[in-house]
Amino acid sequence: MADQTRFAELAMPYMSALYSAALRMTRNPQDAEDLVQETYLRAYRGFGGFQEGTNLKAWLYRILTNTFINTYRAKQRRPHEVDLDDTEDFFLFRRLGGLEAAAAQRSPESEVLENIPDEMVKAALEALPEQFRMAVLLADVEGFSYKEIAEIMDVPIGTVMSRLHRGRKALQKELWEFGREHGLLPATDASTAEASGPDGASGASGTDTPVSEPAPETAPETVARG
Amino acid sequence: MDCEQAIYRVYHYLDGELTIWRRWTIRRHLDKCPPCAQGYDFEIELRQVVSRGCRDDVPADLRRRIAEALGETRSPESRPPEPR
Repeated sequence: MADQTRFAELAMPYMSALYSAALRMTRNPQDAEDLVQETYLRAYRGFGGFQEGTNLKAWLYRILTNTFINTYRAKQRRPHEVDLDDTEDFFLFRRLGGLEAAAAQRSPESEVLENIPDEMVKAALEALPEQFRMAVLLADVEGFSYKEIAEIMDVPIGTVMSRLHRGRKALQKELWEFGREHGLLPATDASTAEASGPDGASGASGTDTPVSEPAPETAPETVARG
Repeated sequence: MDCEQAIYRVYHYLDGELTIWRRWTIRRHLDKCPPCAQGYDFEIELRQVVSRGCRDDVPADLRRRIAEALGETRSPESRPPEPR
């Protein structure tokens, strides 16, 4: 049982991370502020139930996520959302010449990454459908493990892996499109110059190769729209 | 392990979620396949760009409101002493 008088001291250092996550979730600064404030108040009231010595950051994120789902999701605007058509792994790297350029000892893609402004990263992440956006946010921005994300989002680990896999590919696709629209990435798609990489990876592989998604998710394409 | 399998698993590798054996087979593939190794490096860099790009400053007003709200819910004697 955690000592409530220590709550502020222990929990306040996470405010910056929680606020950034709240912004990505709500896509609205006013809602993000309200969400963070509500999260801290709920966490404070429930702090007696927190097991000291366990992961406080994950516990706070779980409250943030629940509060968002219960309070703010209903009023979410739905702007342009990227479709989750299946795209290949290494999507962006391939578009930037990746595998072929690497095979030819050229490597233009690092400079491109350095030119991606923060605003573009935020917009690309915010364009992902909610379930995928949350998974990518928790893994790639906050560094939570699959198990922690499963607990925060209250879904099985297989679902976390599936959402991450698809969400990351969609994020790369979105970055690629944003980047081209704003002239930050090359206008030409290097991956179409030659159809497959040096590995000949075109989708067909050994029949026993588990390249399909690790676990099925119920109709992820139709998740929470409208 | 071929390129396609390696590329698929690279994300789990990056996430630190593979068994020792799987890590070893991926590492071995990356060591002998420069294009995949560059793709791997690219994914690491991209993840840093995403992580760094998603940081926002907390509005001072929000920080103050929360600190006050938490302070008000505590009894005065449990508050830490004011710094001198």
